[in-house]
Amino acid sequence: MPYILSLNPMALLRAWPGSIAQGMLWGVMALGVYITFRLLDFADLTVDGSIATGAAVSVMLIRAGVHPILSLPIAFLAGMLAGLVTGLLNTMLGIPGILASILTQISLYSINLVIMGKSNQPVSVDNYPLVVSLRYVTDGATASKILFFVGTVFFLLLLVAILYWYFGTEQGHAIRATGCNPNMARAQGINTSFIKVLALMLSNGLVGLSGGLYAQFQGAADVNMGRGAIVIGLAAVIIGEVLFGKFAAKRKLAFAFTLISVILGAVIYYMVYQFVLWLRMPSDYMKLFSAIVVAVFLAIPYLKEKRQQKKGRVTV
Amino acid sequence: MSYALEICDIHKVFNRGTINEKIALNGVNLNLNPGDFVTIIGGNGAGKSTTLNAIAGVWPIDSGKIIINGTDITALAEHKRAAYLGRVFQDPMTGTASTMDIEENMAIAYRRGESRTLRWGISSKEREMFREKLATLGLGLENRMTSKVGLLSGGQRQAITLLMASLKQPQLLLLDEHTAALDPKTAAKVLEISDKIIAENHLTAMMVTHNMRDAIAHGNRLIMMHEGRIIYDVSGDEKSRLTVADLLHKFEEVSGSEFANDKMILA
Repeated sequence: MPYILSLNPMALLRAWPGSIAQGMLWGVMALGVYITFRLLDFADLTVDGSIATGAAVSVMLIRAGVHPILSLPIAFLAGMLAGLVTGLLNTMLGIPGILASILTQISLYSINLVIMGKSNQPVSVDNYPLVVSLRYVTDGATASKILFFVGTVFFLLLLVAILYWYFGTEQGHAIRATGCNPNMARAQGINTSFIKVLALMLSNGLVGLSGGLYAQFQGAADVNMGRGAIVIGLAAVIIGEVLFGKFAAKRKLAFAFTLISVILGAVIYYMVYQFVLWLRMPSDYMKLFSAIVVAVFLAIPYLKEKRQQKKGRVTV
Repeated sequence: MSYALEICDIHKVFNRGTINEKIALNGVNLNLNPGDFVTIIGGNGAGKSTTLNAIAGVWPIDSGKIIINGTDITALAEHKRAAYLGRVFQDPMTGTASTMDIEENMAIAYRRGESRTLRWGISSKEREMFREKLATLGLGLENRMTSKVGLLSGGQRQAITLLMASLKQPQLLLLDEHTAALDPKTAAKVLEISDKIIAENHLTAMMVTHNMRDAIAHGNRLIMMHEGRIIYDVSGDEKSRLTVADLLHKFEEVSGSEFANDKMILA
């Protein structure tokens, strides 16, 4: 009882805007994970490295005098390069996808250290006109906070619109066909190796962009910031599907709604994360908590199907 | 006149040098005239599907040459050969992308052999054309163009795959036991659609089948394979006079063994 009374609801409400903002920025990464995990059917662990690469590139460019906005497309390109390496290891050298991505991820750890010169590099909002910052959410007038969220939502919707367009093009169709049925794709003249590399580059580009945004948001790039990122991305994808999947499928622009639900999945993840912290669960347990969330949500559709099959057998 | 397809002495050994070594193709030679519709029969492991896969480039052959309308495609990768070939597979799941719409599948097939650009994947003009083509199947699919293909039955999927294989005129249509996984009634319907599509588009086609009656009833030419070779090749009037009993007899005569496949005798 004294434990419950000691919890301050206001503290949670104060912390949530920051979690929501963080979730929206990680939502960009979750979109990347969605592309590989769901559309390409490729478990790409490059993400843990490429998000830190995007962060490192963005922060070091800003510190070198590049405008924070300009640093973001370059973070995107850096992520694409990481995806290219994984793609080539897999398609040209025949290394199984998950292993290829682990090799890239591990090598990126060294590369990120080289980019940054040390394990952590700060970039203060006091010294640079950062695109996003936790400060914009916690300090300042309500109007400017709202403006920040409106701007971020607008940016995310723009991103969703671009992806919606891209996956409706011939190339986007080719990526979806390659992920769904590579034999069919090849029989239709699609170069599945090239398409795989392309999708991995696009995905990791988004992850790099997300890393650049998040580094600015928290005011530093850290070589360890990507540890477990893929799990968070998967959690976002799965939470989005479980909560909004049916809703999205019924809409006319179903694919756009699915992409939005992935971003919402990331936001919900960080809100729940904050909630669990607020319950004073030791932060040491957070990775365990994330893994359990992903395992549970991955298991739900499988167990549901299994139960339905059992039911079906009884009635038949 | 040049041949639509020339297969010159192709060989393929799987798992060479291991205990599982299998001579799959042992010197196959075959020339098809434009418009030929050849049915291929033979026991299990005779090399029927392997021949089709060799033409499609699923894996490289060990030796020999494959030429389509004068173009040597032996060295081309599978996705590059797709420009010449329409393919329908035994498993109805193989020919289509289940998580994509009917019209998206057709749009992908309509661009077979072309590079995939950033143009929109399907135009409204194409959509109309697809709708008309689907209507000719008589399966009501023209009203379900935005349904996911995964929701369709095996027969419907095979019918769509056939249509997809012919949307862009192929120089050779490869049907690999494409009715084997269907119930008899659906199989008959899909065969009827196959005949129609081949006739209307004047296609050169190869159809592997386990069903001797189908092999006799369809096409203008029949070949029988055994142990990686063509052992019997018949066309024209001689083919149309064939009976199942003739084929069984022929098989025993040429191969020197009994036809050990109940499925083919009972069919």
